[in-house]
Amino acid sequence: MRRLLLIILVLLVGLGFTARLFYLQVINDSYASLSINNALKIKYEIPQRGYIFDRNGKLLVANQPSYDVMVIMKELKPFDTVEFCSILHITKEKLKKQLTKAKNYSTRLPYVIVPQLTKGEYAYLQEKMYKYEGFHIQKRSLRDYNTKSASNILGYISEVNDYILKKKPKFKSGDLIGLQGVEGQYDSILRGIKGVKYFQKDRFNREIGSYKSGKIDTLAVRGKDLTLTIDIDLQEYGEKLMQNKRGGIVAIEPSTGEILTLVTAPSYDPDLLVGRKRSPNFTKMHYDSISKPLFDRGLLAQYPPGSPFKTINALIALQENVITENDRFHCQHGYYYGRNRKMGCHVHASPLKLKEGIAVSCNAYFAQVYRKIIEKYDTPREGITRWRNHLRSFGLGGFLGYDLPIGGPGRIPTADYYDKIYPQKNWRGVTTLSNAIGQGEVITTPIQLANMTAAIANRGYYYTPHVLKALDGKPNIDVRFIEKRKTTIDSIHFEKVIDGMEQVFTKGTAYFLQVPDITICGKTGTSENFTKINGKRTQLTDHSIFIAFAPKENPKIALAVFVENGYWGARYAGRIASLMIEKYLKGKITMKHLEDWVLTHDLQEEYAKPYSGKPFKINQ
Amino acid sequence: MKPSNVSSIDWLSVFLYVLLVLFGWVNIISSSMGDSIESVFDISQPYGKQALWIGLSIVLIIFTLAIESKFFERFAGLIFVFSMLSLTGLHLFGKTISGATSWYVFGPVSLQPSEFAKAATALALAMYISDLQTNIAKWKDQLKAFVIILIPAFLILTQPDAGSAIVYAAMIFPLYREGVTSLYLSIGFGAITIFILTLVLGSVFLFILALALGILIYLFNKNKKGVLKYVLLGIIGISALSFSVDFVFYKVFKQHHRDRFNIVLGKEVDAKGIGYNTNQSEIAIGNGGWLGKGWTKGTQTKGNFVPEQHTDYIFSTVGEEWGFIGSFLVILVFSIFILRILYLAERQKKQFSRVYGYSVASIVFMHFFVNVGMVTGLLPTVGIPLPFFSYGGSGLWGFTVLVFIFIKLDSERMNA
Repeated sequence: MRRLLLIILVLLVGLGFTARLFYLQVINDSYASLSINNALKIKYEIPQRGYIFDRNGKLLVANQPSYDVMVIMKELKPFDTVEFCSILHITKEKLKKQLTKAKNYSTRLPYVIVPQLTKGEYAYLQEKMYKYEGFHIQKRSLRDYNTKSASNILGYISEVNDYILKKKPKFKSGDLIGLQGVEGQYDSILRGIKGVKYFQKDRFNREIGSYKSGKIDTLAVRGKDLTLTIDIDLQEYGEKLMQNKRGGIVAIEPSTGEILTLVTAPSYDPDLLVGRKRSPNFTKMHYDSISKPLFDRGLLAQYPPGSPFKTINALIALQENVITENDRFHCQHGYYYGRNRKMGCHVHASPLKLKEGIAVSCNAYFAQVYRKIIEKYDTPREGITRWRNHLRSFGLGGFLGYDLPIGGPGRIPTADYYDKIYPQKNWRGVTTLSNAIGQGEVITTPIQLANMTAAIANRGYYYTPHVLKALDGKPNIDVRFIEKRKTTIDSIHFEKVIDGMEQVFTKGTAYFLQVPDITICGKTGTSENFTKINGKRTQLTDHSIFIAFAPKENPKIALAVFVENGYWGARYAGRIASLMIEKYLKGKITMKHLEDWVLTHDLQEEYAKPYSGKPFKINQ
Repeated sequence: MKPSNVSSIDWLSVFLYVLLVLFGWVNIISSSMGDSIESVFDISQPYGKQALWIGLSIVLIIFTLAIESKFFERFAGLIFVFSMLSLTGLHLFGKTISGATSWYVFGPVSLQPSEFAKAATALALAMYISDLQTNIAKWKDQLKAFVIILIPAFLILTQPDAGSAIVYAAMIFPLYREGVTSLYLSIGFGAITIFILTLVLGSVFLFILALALGILIYLFNKNKKGVLKYVLLGIIGISALSFSVDFVFYKVFKQHHRDRFNIVLGKEVDAKGIGYNTNQSEIAIGNGGWLGKGWTKGTQTKGNFVPEQHTDYIFSTVGEEWGFIGSFLVILVFSIFILRILYLAERQKKQFSRVYGYSVASIVFMHFFVNVGMVTGLLPTVGIPLPFFSYGGSGLWGFTVLVFIFIKLDSERMNA
């Protein structure tokens, strides 16, 4: 026993140590990651964000350097705080707070004292920098806009917030992410790939060389450049026409589905959301609940489409074989149905054939056409379902699938929808008669209307609208956007309706909007709308709506214009549509009087009415 | 050295010694090199110096082997006295480095006499026990033996270098081997157990526990009269020790002493403060995984996260860069080496050689146990080097002399 004791102890200790090592090195793997946090410093090289061009190769968005003022507390020497604060436009308290934060963060590592200096601040500070020992300036990259328009299409970039950090672990604090518009939609393409460099740290957190001689480091890959389908000249012109009005313009090239312009009004200069001024400006616009500059009306606003919807009801009726183009329908300043119920109409000749019906936008004509469509089938349920299927094939009543992150589905009512409104299920075709003229339950977004117009211009098909034309100069080959989407209407029926839309300009509701040398086909629209004032449903001045495409043969542009409370269709929307078409097809404006009218008329007074607190008159 | 002795040298021990020294140097290079290295013999750097110390060790080995073995036996007392004088002299001529007056400085060379005192004490103890007039089973002679051990321990404690003083506790093993009653060992282990239990449970709780156990033993024992004395003695002994531990720990110990124990007992986790060393050392070892990061590739080692990594914490470099496999092999080689020395000690004919050999094995074992235990976070922080591995000339030479005196004794075991 006396001889064995030490031998046993040696063996036990050897076994004990082996077990301990096995635990530390093999079983418990938390030490390995602890060591990485501990001993490695990972530095990211942020690549240049991709540029954005318009369809004609004009540079819209580039990058500009931005400068952060950094501090290393250990190297800080006493300095003139009054001058320092006045150069950077911060208060002394703010500086004190930042320095305390920096001290709590680390005494040896750089910390951001003031982020994203303006060029002016930077230029001035740089000259004085020698006075401020311990401070240095770090360069960053910000967006630089060459246009004051298209902010709703371009979107903006922002530092990732805590929510994104939690949801997407590949982002690190301080990273920039595209939000909204193409910056958001194509963020991963524009962002490129971060370069990663590993450095060996020592216990004071200082770098003491590269890790593994840089063998596992990666280089940054520059973000790809985007070419948009947007024509920036047309976009800027559209925004100019829409100044002091609210609404939207969506223009599409029918043969490709490329979105030429996407105007929302009011809008804002994209530069407002760059750098340090982003936060206050964004907050200001976000809380502007009256003019809603951040609300993209072209994509999000859902209005009743009004009379442009008649064109499509005409197509459905032709397809369903319930009318021919020569059938005449009477109009007695409106249409009487049911027990003393009347859908009003204005003064015009009667009876009318299809083309005149479209040209003068006769409500009675389309009320009868609509009834024929629904009542062709045994039950109103089946009629509505058939009717709806035709509309769905035009991209109405659902998300279109374009490449921007926001949108609205609109609404084409289903039979179930009416069952819900009328629980006794006693509704019939006439119950839903408002659908005939694009009022009532039907709701569309401007881009849906524009797309519908493009489908008419194409005589029966459309391509899903999109804003991305090319990536790094190579054409966008996303199958969603090169697949032809056919409507349920045979192409022979379109010519009759298109002739009617041409007559809108030659002898119809838009006779005074003809553009020399261009055959435009269009349709006016006036949409009743209501708001609640102190809980009371109050009617406001009608929305002015217009759809058009041109030229009639081989159309180059199809658009929808929406002007809130612009009264009747031709008044604002029609004028704007004609100007946009002339601008796009000719590159210049010959109808100066029309342009002057639009530029000098504004609707601010109209928009102020519901907030005035006084009784007001509408449709003046 | 006579040629006949060369063949009788235990080459296995020498081989294991060389293995440990060279592998130690390899790890010193890694843990003390900066970004780059010009030459491993660069004398301005720890690894270059260690190369020099290793070279000088060879001289020391040849010198030790050349001396006749009888010399050690005959002059053991003189060597011991000289060694104790050198420890005492530190208070007059020694240099204080990081709080401890443990060094003599001669120009560029520093010597740490406490490293050589271990060999001197082992020789003196061996001489005393093997003396024909000594009967170690007698308590008077045991007391003298303890005096021999406690003199250097006390002198080293005054430097102060508590870590090096603790090593002398290892001398209880040769004494036990030579017939000293197991009471000392039992009391020692018991005291350590009570010490730990007091810190974990508190002395009041421990007192109640001892009382309860004593009453149970008393009630269930037939010989109530005979057992009563021992039960009372046990309860009083345990309580007294426990309360005195309490007193020492909270009144005598300084905060940093207390912290060292608290960290090992898991009572306190303070990775940035006092627990930093242990925590970083554990991270470095854990970072090694199965096969390690590879020589000079350890991120913890390169970042100098583990303080004193080329000296006391050298084993953490082994752990990080050579992984479980490498550190297991080091444990294995140390164990084989100690067992080999024990085996050699047992085969000695002379009691002097046996006691000395046993002391060598015990001292190396104690260092190994305390050092690796500390580096792997099993024991409180006690600053003693890992034999043959840690950087330092005195340490290396101290162990070299300690071991090779025994190898010399062993090679001549037949001659006597």
